[in-house]
Amino acid sequence: MLITFYTFAVLSVLGAVGVLFLRNPIHCALSLVGTFFCLGAIYVMLNAEFVAVIQVLVYAGAIMVLFLFVLMLLSSKDAEKYENKWTLGKIAAGILSLGIFLQIARLFTANELQLGSKGVYPLEIVEEVGSIVLIGRLLFTDYILSFEIIAILLLVAVIGAVVIAKRRFH
Amino acid sequence: MVTISQIWLVPGFPLLGFILNGFLGKRFGPNFVSFVGPLAIGMAFAQSLILFFQMLEDKDNVLKEHLYTWISSGNFEASINFSVDQLSGLYLLIITGVGFLIHVYSVGYMRGESGYYRYFAYLNLFVFFMLLLVLGDNFLLMFVGWEGVGLCSYLLIGYYYEKNSSAEAAKKAFLFNRVGDFGMLSAVLLIFLSFGSIEFAKVNAEASTSLTESGLMVTAITLLLFLGATGKSAQIPLFVWLPDAMEGPTPVSALIHAATMVTAGLYMVARLSPLFIMAPFTMNLIAIVGATTAILAATIAITQTDIKRVLAYSTVSQLGYMFLAMGVGAFGAGIFHVMTHAFFKALLFLGSGSVILAIHHEQDMRKMGGLKQKLPITYLTMLLGTMAISGIPFFSGFFSKDEILWKSFSSPFGSTWLWIVGFLTAGMTAFYMFRMMYLTFHGVSRLDSHVAENVRESPLSMTLPLVILAALATIGGFFGVPHVFHLIPNGMEVYFQDFFAEIPTVNVNVSTEWSLMILSVIFAIFAWFLASRIYHSGFEIANGLRSKWEWAYQLTLNKLYFDEFYNLLIIQPARLISIHILWGLFDQNVIDRTVNASVTVTRSLGNSVRPLQNGLIQNYALIFTLGTFLILWYMM
Amino acid sequence: MIPIEHILLLSALLFMIGVLGVMLRRNVIVIFMSIELMLNAVNLSFVTFARSMDSMTGIVFIFFIIVVAAAEAVVGLSIILSIYRTRKTLNIDDFKLLKW
Repeated sequence: MLITFYTFAVLSVLGAVGVLFLRNPIHCALSLVGTFFCLGAIYVMLNAEFVAVIQVLVYAGAIMVLFLFVLMLLSSKDAEKYENKWTLGKIAAGILSLGIFLQIARLFTANELQLGSKGVYPLEIVEEVGSIVLIGRLLFTDYILSFEIIAILLLVAVIGAVVIAKRRFH
Repeated sequence: MVTISQIWLVPGFPLLGFILNGFLGKRFGPNFVSFVGPLAIGMAFAQSLILFFQMLEDKDNVLKEHLYTWISSGNFEASINFSVDQLSGLYLLIITGVGFLIHVYSVGYMRGESGYYRYFAYLNLFVFFMLLLVLGDNFLLMFVGWEGVGLCSYLLIGYYYEKNSSAEAAKKAFLFNRVGDFGMLSAVLLIFLSFGSIEFAKVNAEASTSLTESGLMVTAITLLLFLGATGKSAQIPLFVWLPDAMEGPTPVSALIHAATMVTAGLYMVARLSPLFIMAPFTMNLIAIVGATTAILAATIAITQTDIKRVLAYSTVSQLGYMFLAMGVGAFGAGIFHVMTHAFFKALLFLGSGSVILAIHHEQDMRKMGGLKQKLPITYLTMLLGTMAISGIPFFSGFFSKDEILWKSFSSPFGSTWLWIVGFLTAGMTAFYMFRMMYLTFHGVSRLDSHVAENVRESPLSMTLPLVILAALATIGGFFGVPHVFHLIPNGMEVYFQDFFAEIPTVNVNVSTEWSLMILSVIFAIFAWFLASRIYHSGFEIANGLRSKWEWAYQLTLNKLYFDEFYNLLIIQPARLISIHILWGLFDQNVIDRTVNASVTVTRSLGNSVRPLQNGLIQNYALIFTLGTFLILWYMM
Repeated sequence: MIPIEHILLLSALLFMIGVLGVMLRRNVIVIFMSIELMLNAVNLSFVTFARSMDSMTGIVFIFFIIVVAAAEAVVGLSIILSIYRTRKTLNIDDFKLLKW
């Protein structure tokens, strides 16, 4: 079990690093897709199957496809000319993000991390009832308002995208 | 019987006159102003008379009125309270009475002048402030009046403001007054510290108990008060503004610089007599300064050629007499001389104004002479005034001056030396006054020919006040006949009974008093004789004498070089310090540099911070990250 | 079971790589992809916590995050399209009008 996790972890990190360093943006996109798949696998290992499926369907399947569409639509031949000058800003960026990582890591490995009260859905109930049922139940009762709002958000996003990107007809 | 005294009417009428003349005078024309101006003072005089008699009936001889609580803060309280007692009652009559006559005179004198309404507005305002000064029952109100009369003096001296000399004279008057005011304010502060109150009644009542006699505090207070008095009443060292103040119109000189404003210092000293008694050092100083001023001013007056300057120095000299009286504790005598001086000095000034107007604004006595026949009323009235000021027996000046001389000899604060100085000054006064009369009215005419044709006696509006004042100057002295005459009781003493602080009387040697009196009379008549011998035919004899005493002549002609001395000692150093240190060093280097530096700092700060916003989004992202890092660091 | 700290460390690491991508890459679309990576890292930590605390709320929240990420990606890409039409470049250094 552990070995599978570590394998997928390493693969996802490799994919992320690929986004960072690959020249061609299409290669970056594909690398990112790989990372998403590995993350989905990790979700399955955590008994969150629904999330894994949604991840693959929406993120890897829809959003990244959108990215690829746009990439191929825009000829970005000259975007690479200005890459990779290791200026002071870049060094500072590296140090800062390393610092952030260390801080978050320190937070996550603290001893007093999980002091809150435990929820009411332990693993047995989840496996018995099914995570989809539980998620659906929560979504449409406790969090119904948020659900409606993100529905409207999606609508607005779609309309907005169409309006912003369309050509102006004279 | 309860009398309802409307004390506020007395200053109220002149204030109303000021408002009407000042704001409506220009629109309604000179006739309106000629009517309103004198009428305001006339009404005030009527009310003053009523109040005077009411005051005499009152058992304490005092009328009080509370108008408004001005300041009430913690322990300090100052209200607008008016009080009429013997001293302020007398002053009320002098101010409004003589003031009324001068207003009437001004109608004739200032006819046709531009700014006519402005003149009367300021004159009314002056009377208002002077009345405030004498009616106030605490230091604050008196100081308001004090400052106000200084302001009006400035406005009226600088009446002909287009002339540079007038503006300079007005400034000089105000600045010298200011130096005195500094002394007075400091004294008021010290008084509040010592007494906890600034009301005259309280200060006078508690003077002997709250302060140690001859102590440092009381000496300091009285010295500072006297400094204020020297500024306002033109004593050494602050007298140099008074001769320059003759730049103003002649009625102004009569009212302000003879009868009223310059007597404000004397009023203050007299009002606080219990306080001054407690400081013998100050009393001696006042007497010495008064005597010295008297004799020095008299020496200057002997050689002056401008008729108004002679009278100005004469005023300074007579004020010295009054301070001499105050200094030896003869407060009643000093105030008596204030009254008689108001009569004859106003008369002399107004008479000289009549002469000046008749010969078309010529003030130099070298261009006068032989006016006796052409200006008979002026001549006669001025002669009476001159005899009064010279101390010729039975005129008003004789009684008051003699009282002062006697007291300066006999009082425990006095001394023989003071009497000698006063005696010599009296002689000199007679000499230069009669000199003035002879040069102006007698002898051969030295007038310009075209002027000489048009010399005419002044109109009724001017001569009537002259006649009234001459009558007062002649018989006014019988109010205070000294005891030795055994004729009528000394009205002055009766009037001021128990008012001033008592000083122990020493030797009441009657024969000494008679002999001193006769001595001074003889000296005065001798001086008259001398003046007539020298000046009866103009300047020739005098010029012959002058060649022998040229140095003395130059010294006195140039005012004993007081102005030059002040210029060298104070003005030039102040100028140099201002230019080189205050402006050059401090203003330019420190202040300008600081301001410029603040600009430079702001600009350079701005320049250094501006590149932070260069539009590169990844730089912004970097700074986001930096911020996140810092927040996380802080929260961990 | 899988130790929680390791998964969380993985999440932090992915987040850091995402931050680096935003600051270092020049191509605008790659920057967007790095932002998506950061969101995913956060999703991972949410799932981890939800599972370890026996709570389904965390998973519902991931649902919302994914929806919002999708909407944001759509709008952002349409903006980039619009900018590309006038400027003909995808280099982020050329988008520097937001300055003094």
